[in-house]
Amino acid sequence: MSVEVNFEKCMHCGACVGACPENALFLNDVALEVNENCIECGLCVKGCPVQALSLGGA
Amino acid sequence: MDIQDDKVINCDVLVVGGGPIGSTAARFAAKNGVDDVLVIEKRQEIGSPVRCAEGISLTWLDEVEIEESDHFIKKKVKGSKLYSPNGNKMTIGKELAGDEVGGVLERDIFDKEMAVLAGREGVNFMLKTAATDVIKENGKVTGVKAKKMGEEFEIHADLVIGADGFESQVGRWAGLYEQIPSKDIMTCFQYRMVDIDIEPDYTHFYLGKVAPGGYVWIFPKGDDKANVGLGVQLNQLDGNKSPKDYLDEFIDSHEGLKKGQAVDMVAGGVSVGHPLDSVTMDGLMMVGDAARVVDPLTGGGIANGMKQAKIAGEVAAEAVEKGKVDEDFFSRYEERWRDRLEDKIWRNYMAKEKAVELSDEEFDKIIDALSEVDLTELTTEAILKAVQKKYPELVESFKDML
Repeated sequence: MSVEVNFEKCMHCGACVGACPENALFLNDVALEVNENCIECGLCVKGCPVQALSLGGA
Repeated sequence: MDIQDDKVINCDVLVVGGGPIGSTAARFAAKNGVDDVLVIEKRQEIGSPVRCAEGISLTWLDEVEIEESDHFIKKKVKGSKLYSPNGNKMTIGKELAGDEVGGVLERDIFDKEMAVLAGREGVNFMLKTAATDVIKENGKVTGVKAKKMGEEFEIHADLVIGADGFESQVGRWAGLYEQIPSKDIMTCFQYRMVDIDIEPDYTHFYLGKVAPGGYVWIFPKGDDKANVGLGVQLNQLDGNKSPKDYLDEFIDSHEGLKKGQAVDMVAGGVSVGHPLDSVTMDGLMMVGDAARVVDPLTGGGIANGMKQAKIAGEVAAEAVEKGKVDEDFFSRYEERWRDRLEDKIWRNYMAKEKAVELSDEEFDKIIDALSEVDLTELTTEAILKAVQKKYPELVESFKDML
């Protein structure tokens, strides 16, 4: 998984899902899943209103 | 609903998303004769948690056959006040703004009420049920794969309506469109605050670098309560600052707010782009934020979305009745919603594209010029002409819009 989700911060608002250019994020109510389409562009990280996302390995 | 076996559910019209747009599309499909309308909603509770600033106009409720009610309209306002970075201020009164002022909703109650209205027309709701993919046969959408409380199954429908909001995936799974350009994404954060000192009869908008590419809003929900939030253009986010950081800074600098308490937090994304070339394909109609009909200037999605949803529901009923659930037939939907909404969305989109480039000094001049004139109509043209009188150089780059 290339995007890490901090579930302590995540407000499951879906801003990252709409920002993702590859449709690689799936928000099922409160659970945010990242699939293999992720290209690590970082738009979800930038678009998150509360900085709950980061690129993996960073 | 006709359950074939444990793994397949059949219906006539399937709506993905139980927000006010989905409920409205479903309501009008059922009202116009579709027997078997099913709405799936991934949350366990419609309308909660709230993901909205809740300010709306009240002039369009008749059009979508809703009666105004104190149950879901928490506060009515006389007008709006706009502030530039140096504190210049202008007031937009009710008689002047037409569509632009109105009330502040209780969105959770409003969304539930919209579902109730649909339920009374016979619409079925299935909660805690997420669409996980679209099913296509020979290029036509015939249903979705779904998951309800861990159980996976398929829902087959004559026609699918995608009302899955800003983070819509239905249209993308179906191959109808690509992602939203990042310049057209606003990332937002809001507190509901109490024990604050504001003018409660107005909505308040703060422009400029307090919210780059967007604005700060204060939408009153009572004498000492308000939604206080902001949206920032994703492209203009500064380094490591999040929208929440911007909002915390704004509140700390505002005399009437800094003494207050936050009792609620809301986050979210909004698209502020222009309408898509097509929001339909064989077996599929998109509606609301998912069809990107949000007003690009204000970021408001409910009014446009619900007007569009009514048309979608009506055309869906006609399509199901005639057995013509293809893109050709859906041109009736495309034509009707575009006639109703598209001009204004495009105009506001062009205005937004200019506004996101303005500096704090330019906002100061614009609000200064507008505060001195008595605008008789709040259109982009009227605003530009008023500004042109005092600061002609400012309007140079907008000339193509006059």
